[in-house]
Amino acid sequence: MKIIVCIKQVPDTTNVKINPETNTLVREGVESIINPFDMYAIEEAVRLKEKYEGTVTALSMGPPQVESALRESVSLGVDEIYLLSDRAFAGADTLATAYTLAAGINNLEGADVVLMGKQAIDGDTGQVGPGVAENLGLPHITDVRKIEEIDGNGYMTVQRLLEDGYVRLKVKLPAVLTVVKEINEPRMPSLKGKMRAKSKEMKVWTAADLDIDKERIGLSGSPTWVTKIFTPPKPKGGKIFQGETRDTVSELLDELVKGGIPIKRGGGK
Amino acid sequence: MNYFLNEEQKEIQNLARKIAKEKIEPLALEYDESQSFPWEIVKILGQSDLFGVFIPEEYGGLGGGVFEMCLVVEELSSACGGIALSYAASALGTIPIILFGNDEQKKKYLPRLATGEIIAAFALTEPDAGSDAAAIKTQAKLDGDHYVLNGTKQWITNGGEAFINTVICITDPSRGARGSSAILVEKGTPGFEGGKKENKMGIRASATRELIFQDCKVPKENLLGREGQGFLVAMKTFDQSRPGVAAQAVGIAQGALDKAVAYSRERYQKGQPISNFQGVQFMLADMATQVEAARALTLQAAKTIDGGEKNVAKISSMAKLFASDTAMKVTTDAVQVFGGYGYMKEYPVEKMMRDAKITQIYEGTNQIQREVIALQLIKESVRRKD
Ligand SMILES: Cc1cc2nc3c(=O)[nH]c(=O)nc-3n(C[C@H](O)[C@H](O)[C@H](O)COP(=O)(O)OP(=O)(O)OC[C@H]3O[C@@H](n4cnc5c(N)ncnc54)[C@H](O)[C@@H]3O)c2cc1C
Repeated sequence: MKIIVCIKQVPDTTNVKINPETNTLVREGVESIINPFDMYAIEEAVRLKEKYEGTVTALSMGPPQVESALRESVSLGVDEIYLLSDRAFAGADTLATAYTLAAGINNLEGADVVLMGKQAIDGDTGQVGPGVAENLGLPHITDVRKIEEIDGNGYMTVQRLLEDGYVRLKVKLPAVLTVVKEINEPRMPSLKGKMRAKSKEMKVWTAADLDIDKERIGLSGSPTWVTKIFTPPKPKGGKIFQGETRDTVSELLDELVKGGIPIKRGGGK
Repeated sequence: MNYFLNEEQKEIQNLARKIAKEKIEPLALEYDESQSFPWEIVKILGQSDLFGVFIPEEYGGLGGGVFEMCLVVEELSSACGGIALSYAASALGTIPIILFGNDEQKKKYLPRLATGEIIAAFALTEPDAGSDAAAIKTQAKLDGDHYVLNGTKQWITNGGEAFINTVICITDPSRGARGSSAILVEKGTPGFEGGKKENKMGIRASATRELIFQDCKVPKENLLGREGQGFLVAMKTFDQSRPGVAAQAVGIAQGALDKAVAYSRERYQKGQPISNFQGVQFMLADMATQVEAARALTLQAAKTIDGGEKNVAKISSMAKLFASDTAMKVTTDAVQVFGGYGYMKEYPVEKMMRDAKITQIYEGTNQIQREVIALQLIKESVRRKD
């Protein structure tokens, strides 16, 4: 089985501070890590490999320093690593990123399973996984919390996390899955893996190596513009209703109506 | 302080530190309470290749030595001395195979020990033979192509959990200590059982049991080295393992020091953090100095051993003695820095103080270490004809 994991290098936001004046991230001294959700994708990919035999290829788009993230993935069990790196890719939003990653996957001649984290902790959009699938013309399932099995006919059964439970879905491979943290507990790297990671050859592809439309990558392929980043101000004031639910709901509705919100009061069972 | 670790040693230290922080520390108090064996952590240490750091490459290890083993033990111990002991005691049981095993024995056990698939134990102590190890009574009688073992070992770390046990027995009662031999006994061998698990003061995540042998038949090929070499195997093994106990002590002490420094900044009395008080500062300064000195001596001992120095008993004992006394002192002072909270089980230093105590006792009490050191001093003086 051929498995591709797409990973992103992100600042370790558990240690990130926001400059309150400029409202931007203070990047100095902040370590770069593999996006935590991608760690689950890597682990699941390696588990699939161990169970069904095959290879795991990690793919990332980003500046040259992303090499360290790709090498780290080798220490966790990934076999091959590819980096899409070119000035022309810079400034990509989720649309251009998904397009570029899909082109990278095509260059790798596709896979049986493409695994990704459900979202990146720096952007938090969750759009790139489905975007990659659309570009590849493959089915996708987001928020996968368990891969149950792959049957002899090439169908995979997974559990997709919902707010209050899960739904079991069957998908014909090849497919793209994005995973949530419930899916596994990522292993620790191994020393032998770390040594392999050091000597592993990493292939770098530029825009010229991919079969792509130059207008759809990087800044020019990105319709999203970030105009301002800010921490929403904490809401002030407010009123807390205390007492029996029946009474407090009624009081709340009265208050809302008084505030000019048109609410039709029913019979109140 | 910079110990000029090479790249690989830094990797080993970083990985052990990461596992200690992320996997061991959150569970330390739970294991201390339940006294259950930390298989879950052993599995992680195995997958990460940490059990292989001191095992030769040709047998599936990473080819390091005592130094690398000490780096791992210190890091793990800073999070939990008990869990770290399960690792260190496996090393103690593995070292005799590395030192005295023939190729076949090494091939049979070392690769599986290197991956943590199995762990080892070392059994010398008996109910009536502690410091006076020469008083052991467990017998191994050669009967055709088997040894038949009878006797009871006491307080064996990893006992009952370890797959491979290096057992020191008497093969020739007429020759006393010179009639002892080291024999490898596998878990599951008929006639061999682990006795009851001891309920201990500290290092409670580690398993301490009796090993009971009743007409236990072991193939002749399981003899390590030659007949009569039992005590040589034990002494040479201790020479290499004592820095491991020292590293355990350094780790426990470092863990306690870190907690004490952090706490001193958080705890306010008289409107200021207690770290402002010189009385507390001086305690912390002494603790840090002692820990650093203990680490330096420990790593120096390890380096000396790995460098191939022949007579290492003295430096090895010095490291174990100094580091364990340091651990006891530093953890006691850490409890002092925490005040009444330090005496409570909800705070980590109470456990660290209990964990530290054993390092002054096992693998030779500190009285015995002093004896070893003094004996070497006298021997050296005689040799120099002072
Ligand atoms: C938790 C734990 C784990 C252990 N794990 C193992 C293990 O894995 N394998 C193993 O083989 N053993 C193990 N032991 C045994 C340990 O090594 C012995 O307890 C230790 O060697 C001391 O022996 P003892 O307890 O019989 O004390 P004793 O020898 O009875 O000593 C009692 C006191 O007398 C002092 N003393 C004794 N002889 C002398 C002397 N000649 N000069 C001066 N003072 C002396 C001692 O220092 C001590 O203070 C373990 C013990 C414990 C408690």
